[in-house]
Amino acid sequence: MRRVDGKERVGGVTDFLLELRSEEIPARMQDKAREDLARLFAAELGKAGLAAGDVTTYATPRRLALVARGLPAETEAVSEELKGPRTSAPPQALDGFLRKTGLSQDQLTDRDGIWYAVIERAGRATADVLADAIPAIVRAFPWPKSMRWGDASISTESLRWVRPLHGIVALFGTDIVDVEVAGVKSGATTLGHRFMHSGPITIGGAADYVEKLRAAHVIVDQDERRALIRARAEALAAEAGLELIPDEGLVAENAGLTEWPVPLLGRFDEAFLDVPPEVIQLTARVNQKYFVCRAADGKLANAFICTANIEASDGGAKIVEGNRKVLAARLSDAKFFYDTDLKVPLEEQAAKLEQIVFHEKLGTVADKVDRVAKLARWLVEQGIVKSSPERGGGPAKPVEGQPSSATPAAAPPPSADADGPPPLAGEDLATLADRAARLAKADLVTGMVGEFPELQGLMGGYYALAQGEDPRVAAAIRDHYKPVGQGDDVPTDPVTVAVSLADKLDTLVGFFGSDEKPTGSKDPFALRRAAIAVITTILRLNLRVRLSQLIEFATVLLAEQRSSAIDSKALNDAILAMEKLLGAKAAAKMRERLQDVESPTGFDLWFSYYASQHSLLDFFADRLKVQQREAGVRHDLIDAVFALGGEDDLVCLLARVHALQSFIGTDDGANLLAGYKRAANILKKEGYTAPATSRHPGLEPGSRSLSDAAESGAPDRVRGDGATDDAQKTLSYTPEKAEADLIAALDAAEPAAADAVRQEDFEGAMAALATLRAPIDAFFETVTVNDPDADKRAARLALLDRVRAAVHNVADFSKIEG
Amino acid sequence: MTDQPLSFQKMILTLHDYWSDHGCVILQPYDMEMGAGTFHPATTLRALGPDTWNAAFVQPCRRPTDGRYGENPNRLQHYYQYQVILKPSPPDLQELYLGSLAAIGVDMGLHDIRFVEDDWESPTLGAWGLGWEVWCDGMEVTQFTYFQQMGGYDMKPVAGELTYGLERLAMYIQNKDSVYDLAFNDAGVTYGDVFHTNEVEMSTWNFEVANTDALFDLFRKHVAECENSLNANLPIPAYEQAIKASHVFNLLQARGVISVAERQAYMGRVRDLAKGACGAWMEKNGWAA
Repeated sequence: MRRVDGKERVGGVTDFLLELRSEEIPARMQDKAREDLARLFAAELGKAGLAAGDVTTYATPRRLALVARGLPAETEAVSEELKGPRTSAPPQALDGFLRKTGLSQDQLTDRDGIWYAVIERAGRATADVLADAIPAIVRAFPWPKSMRWGDASISTESLRWVRPLHGIVALFGTDIVDVEVAGVKSGATTLGHRFMHSGPITIGGAADYVEKLRAAHVIVDQDERRALIRARAEALAAEAGLELIPDEGLVAENAGLTEWPVPLLGRFDEAFLDVPPEVIQLTARVNQKYFVCRAADGKLANAFICTANIEASDGGAKIVEGNRKVLAARLSDAKFFYDTDLKVPLEEQAAKLEQIVFHEKLGTVADKVDRVAKLARWLVEQGIVKSSPERGGGPAKPVEGQPSSATPAAAPPPSADADGPPPLAGEDLATLADRAARLAKADLVTGMVGEFPELQGLMGGYYALAQGEDPRVAAAIRDHYKPVGQGDDVPTDPVTVAVSLADKLDTLVGFFGSDEKPTGSKDPFALRRAAIAVITTILRLNLRVRLSQLIEFATVLLAEQRSSAIDSKALNDAILAMEKLLGAKAAAKMRERLQDVESPTGFDLWFSYYASQHSLLDFFADRLKVQQREAGVRHDLIDAVFALGGEDDLVCLLARVHALQSFIGTDDGANLLAGYKRAANILKKEGYTAPATSRHPGLEPGSRSLSDAAESGAPDRVRGDGATDDAQKTLSYTPEKAEADLIAALDAAEPAAADAVRQEDFEGAMAALATLRAPIDAFFETVTVNDPDADKRAARLALLDRVRAAVHNVADFSKIEG
Repeated sequence: MTDQPLSFQKMILTLHDYWSDHGCVILQPYDMEMGAGTFHPATTLRALGPDTWNAAFVQPCRRPTDGRYGENPNRLQHYYQYQVILKPSPPDLQELYLGSLAAIGVDMGLHDIRFVEDDWESPTLGAWGLGWEVWCDGMEVTQFTYFQQMGGYDMKPVAGELTYGLERLAMYIQNKDSVYDLAFNDAGVTYGDVFHTNEVEMSTWNFEVANTDALFDLFRKHVAECENSLNANLPIPAYEQAIKASHVFNLLQARGVISVAERQAYMGRVRDLAKGACGAWMEKNGWAA
């Protein structure tokens, strides 16, 4: 250890400073790098039995630093007892233990016939621990992308770092911790700002690091740089009579690009304001990392704020001028694209979609558009998406809701009037939905979206409005990608809703049918997001439709389009196979649809599309559970309702789940659940199978349950109203009181629960079930199910089966946890 | 910046002097059409292998699809790059680069120079590297790259590559809004005087006139000749054929006769040729991959 200044170390604890200085670290990597540095540091110290304590990390473009406060001078001596072999074990076992511990046999202790060794580890100087830790941290550092450089790179084993590493400052107190990593020796000197300070600066220790750098024009604390950029940009805007459009992403990025941030305000030519404000903002933000401002009238102002890395000798005049020219060139390009795009009708652009492959198994984008248009029309014609006056049409928030909350309020709304147009007749609505769908993807081939893919939809909306489309068509084109992720606005205008749902359903059905399901973390086609969007839209707008019905029709559209001629024998064989798999109804539907289709390959398509429907329904079930988790809805209750099968009207399903969740929370509910489980266990233990007549399949054969209810031990799906059979009504013996009471209670509760379910009065259904609680408890208390009399035993088991069936009117309680 | 900004040609001469003083071989442009200075064998082939190699040169670049018939002030189908390649990458490469900017008149007390993440990749050359685009007052003036792979081979050692956009730098230094207004020399000749007609004619030919049947035929012939050269263990001629094939492909693109689906296949073909030439070059020199 070398002393920098000869001073003695003071106190029992000491601060440690580490700075790793390199060429410019990408801004986007700096936050994660600080976390990784702290984590690796703690891990390395932890190996030596040291707690990292109070750790602060810093990042600038040129340095990554860590300050750990209050480290002890030495690690504590550790005494550790290791358990060895039995004293009676063969000698090889003892030899192995001695080798492992490095001790001799007389140093071991015999306790209860087992050898124990005590290993003493002396304390180490913390500085030595740090000297080992630093190279380990540097070598293990998980940069998202790293590189080799310089003479050492003659070997591919040379150190990898995010960019060439040039300096290490490592000071424990005021002492340099001597290390060398890939030819870089540690020291006390570092560099200040690249342009505003020359020559090395010497750091005394953790205490003066931040201020020494500040004196050399480096603000090392990223949070301080961010605060400075935020405050100065706001002030500049205010001085110009404008309001800064906040953008935290830009604040962080600019802070990651500068060591001495100097925001500067400049102006661009007002003529560019003809271009949609979102385009200007995006150009400024993405390409140039500039902030933009609003004028007093709320519209985008012709101003930008760039963040320089120096205080220029002319106050930044030349820097502003240079940036203005670059922005002008960028905006000229954007304006050129915009003006050029405006000259081409969207229909003409849409025709070009025939040239773009959507997916090899799903045809071109034009093919997709055709399916989406038919599906959107169908959604309206079926009354699934309605023009409902109470929803008023038009997005709830007409202008907002572009991906960035920073969208200038100046955006001229291409949407419908905020007041809401009068409700449309179904036919008109269907026509508008069809039209919107057919134009919705046309902007993908425009110059502007080619340049800025994130403007998809938005530009189409502008272009549609400019060519005189109905405002609701324009709004639908603009918003049909929504909702993008949780928390995004859900479309409410029926035209938009129809196109949005149709687009996502087609995507889901198509990719599931093409065996492109998401796996693990891989979801290249964003199918999870699409499913969540469908669920959110249905629930938010209370759309009454069964998911299986949506999937079915989307599948038919897809299969019709993708399949071509089939030979009729293959067709018949396959329909028979289909009948076995999915039931008669689905097969009949297919037969009807397939009359004109004749090729075996076409049939394979059909088959895979149909076969994928169940996995898509299960996928929806999983997404629903994820989506509802945040709302506090128990996933097992969703399973319990799904397991009944046939319930895939999400609005109805959730109402039932909500009622169930309240009920299970009550005393009655908890006890009924316990009674149910006891009944189910007895039935299972006795291997009870109900006589065939008491089963109530309830479902059409083709529609299986969403979650697989066919697990072992799970009761059959029974959804009948009153699972009574004659055998139970006429008992061959006089029932005990509790038994008779339960029968009476069931006689009353069964029809009541079933009726309530029919009327979607799930609270009522729960209340009906609640009346069973006391009789069930009494039954179990006083009646012996396993009676020696075979008749009694059979009748009582049948009674328990009735209980189970009655409960299944509402949900499959066997899926409920606890 | 000095009172009298450097003319276009003076800027080139200044860079030549600067990099010559720093030990570079000053080369002349390669006599073939190519899309970027990186294609120059002095970069691609010389970047491979263990030998020290420091070179600087101007390379005209042809990007047929960027042609604008001389009507766009910033876009050209023919322009110049200044290339510096230093292997192994020196520890003070950033400082050397900033010195060159100072030499051509950029005052770093007045202007905002930034190194902004930009990782470079050339699928056609099977090459990639990490580095930055260098910004001067928000304008990208240079690509700064530490090559990590070339022709699919790890760099041993790594080379540093600087690619200056000469027209952009000159427009910046001379404070001009159009490339055609640049002073080419100090005797009143502008960039437009030298190149405007060229841009108009070449744009017309690239987009409208070039015989596509002949181009397809040329592509096939260059591919075949590349293979022929490889069979004769002649990596340099093979690499030249790869460059030619690449340019013909660019022309076909400009003529709009290559569909999106075919595009990948053509690029893959060119990449295979370039990689084949790099591989043969490595092998002939006895360098292990």
